[in-house]
Amino acid sequence: MRFVLLAAACSVVLAGCAPVTSSGPAAPSGDEQTGQLRVWLFDEVNRGPKEEVVKQAVSEFQAAHSGVTVDVQYIQVSTRAERFKAAFSDPKSAPDVAEFGNTDLAGYVASGGFADISKEVSDWSDSKDFLPAVLDTAKVEGKTYGLPWYVGVRALYYRTDVFTELGIQPPKTLDEIAPLARRIRAAKPDLLGISAGGKYTFGMLPFVWANGGDIAAVDGAKYTAKIDSAESKKGVAKYTELIADDICPAAQCAANGGDASVEAFRAGKAAMVIGGDFNRKSVDASSAAGKYAVVPLPGNTEGSIAPAFAGGNLLGVMKGTERKTLANQFLQLLGGKQYQQKMFQAMGNLPTFADVQADVAKNDAFEQPFIKTLEAGTKFVPVTPAWAKVDAQAVLPTMLQQIAAEGQDVDTATKTAAESMNAAFSS
Amino acid sequence: MARGDGRTAFAYLTPALLVLGGLMAYPIYQLVLISLFDYGQEQVSGGAPLEFLGLGNYTALLADPQFWTVLWQTVGFAATCVVGTLVVGAALAVLATRVRPWARMLLFLAALGAWATPAVAGSTIWLFLFDANFGLVNEVLGSTGFSWTFDRWIAFGLVAAQVIWCSFPFVMVTLYAGIKAIPQEVIEAAALDGASTARTARSVMLPLLRPLILVVTIQSIIWDFKVFTQIYVMTSGGGIAGRNLVLNVYAYQQAFAASEYGLGATIGVVMTALLLLITIGYLRALRKSGEEL
Repeated sequence: MRFVLLAAACSVVLAGCAPVTSSGPAAPSGDEQTGQLRVWLFDEVNRGPKEEVVKQAVSEFQAAHSGVTVDVQYIQVSTRAERFKAAFSDPKSAPDVAEFGNTDLAGYVASGGFADISKEVSDWSDSKDFLPAVLDTAKVEGKTYGLPWYVGVRALYYRTDVFTELGIQPPKTLDEIAPLARRIRAAKPDLLGISAGGKYTFGMLPFVWANGGDIAAVDGAKYTAKIDSAESKKGVAKYTELIADDICPAAQCAANGGDASVEAFRAGKAAMVIGGDFNRKSVDASSAAGKYAVVPLPGNTEGSIAPAFAGGNLLGVMKGTERKTLANQFLQLLGGKQYQQKMFQAMGNLPTFADVQADVAKNDAFEQPFIKTLEAGTKFVPVTPAWAKVDAQAVLPTMLQQIAAEGQDVDTATKTAAESMNAAFSS
Repeated sequence: MARGDGRTAFAYLTPALLVLGGLMAYPIYQLVLISLFDYGQEQVSGGAPLEFLGLGNYTALLADPQFWTVLWQTVGFAATCVVGTLVVGAALAVLATRVRPWARMLLFLAALGAWATPAVAGSTIWLFLFDANFGLVNEVLGSTGFSWTFDRWIAFGLVAAQVIWCSFPFVMVTLYAGIKAIPQEVIEAAALDGASTARTARSVMLPLLRPLILVVTIQSIIWDFKVFTQIYVMTSGGGIAGRNLVLNVYAYQQAFAASEYGLGATIGVVMTALLLLITIGYLRALRKSGEEL
């Protein structure tokens, strides 16, 4: 026993009396003009074309800056949280430039991970052409922490062959979706009327927004959950109505997120799905290829468009970088007009510059519904570090599943979700 | 014992103590320490000051009704897995002592295969087998389209089966070795005294095997209480609306993924305490029934 106590005492002395904290990302110790620039980009299902474009950008950059090498690493989206947390805690293992999702921005900024590049962006002449709503997704409290690299918006994919066969038209209002989907499944029982996932938050949010609801409202810097407001509940009810035996049975659909929902459409098992412009390549490589079209997800009234979630990825400069100037220059090259155009051709990523976007849309009918959706106005998730917590705790998917699969009523489920969110917002 | 002996004994024990101190005491000390703070990503990377909460994390956790649901779920799930593992493992160990060598060889190869499969790979393969649309099981049963992971209890059952599948080999191999180590003379003596096979098993073999059964039971309790991979992979992170959550996955989702390391450490401390209590309780129950430990 004495020895155990002794050992315990030793460890107490060794450890001091508080958990380890890093001193924070080191203030940039210098601004070197040579050496290795480390870049993290996201790995994708079909990475080849992306890698090709990035390689071009790298060789162009290296040719223009002698003594500089660019090392690009592709990281998994699913493990990004761990990778970035590690990078923030240990600046030595961190990259100089990184791609990241705009919903993660607020959390990363609060962790002190990314540098404020407001000045660099406003000094850059091309930046005036950014779509304002898209540039807003790169800002926290008025400061810019990233360049919007591409936007992702969702619209309604539908199977033209099925619609023609049944002699029906795509829905003109949100209310038409459920009856239409029911009718399709009644006529073709092996098809899902619409593939609506119980974990597909970004598919559900337009229903909430179109009804005038929202996830949360901000007052000053403090967010309060609004998912249990009357308007929000109407939207939630309308979406969860789709997860039912006569449209999209819970046993098949309740566990699905966005990818799995689109997967059912790709497999030819669904007549409709809410999908993004970024899903195009994969749908074109599936059994639904050539048999589908896309329309904007309609709003509550005919001719209106339901506000979509303004997803997308940003390119940012890490706070601890020792090559700030080089990092910003590389950001403006890879995130610039020329390479956004190339990325569109390679991956179908929708550009964030108004003029580049108009340019690519002109020659591409497919992009029209997505651009119309963008023009109609988009919305975003709460810009607060607490959102990362709400997201990790799966508050909204749990709420949808409670209604769609557990038989809870909308009032109870939204109230529970609002309470969890408020707890996160206030911590 | 002379004083010099104590010192020598201490010298011999020092390396082991150092290893234990480094690998056990220090992490547990850190765990307890972190559980007393509001310790999130902001605090780790130095963006926000540390705040001492005392038992704040503990009261918050114990006041959360979901924690209690998940706790009971975990206890029930672990109990099922432990019983299942022991029954399957023991039955197959007995079987292994009775069949021909080639059959025993096959049995051991199959068991070692299950044992050696990494948990993530094993879970994924089981998911493939039980896939609603393309799974072999549904094809054989003619129930295409039936989802094995949707209903709460069916999903738990499937995961429990997977856990038993990958943990019975340890029990089987250990008990097989134990049965083989029983001296033949003892069995013969029992037979000469006119004991039936059942009587021999109950009154001779079982008491001799008891220390081994004790070890595999405690091991199984600890393993099955801490199941993470199988639930995380097979029910995609805790099932529909979190109805298949067990403590470890719950801790990961609520605390570590959400960067609430303080709360996560609290759940860790509670789990450690619970496991210690269960193990001590089990040992005491055995001692009461007259077992020498």
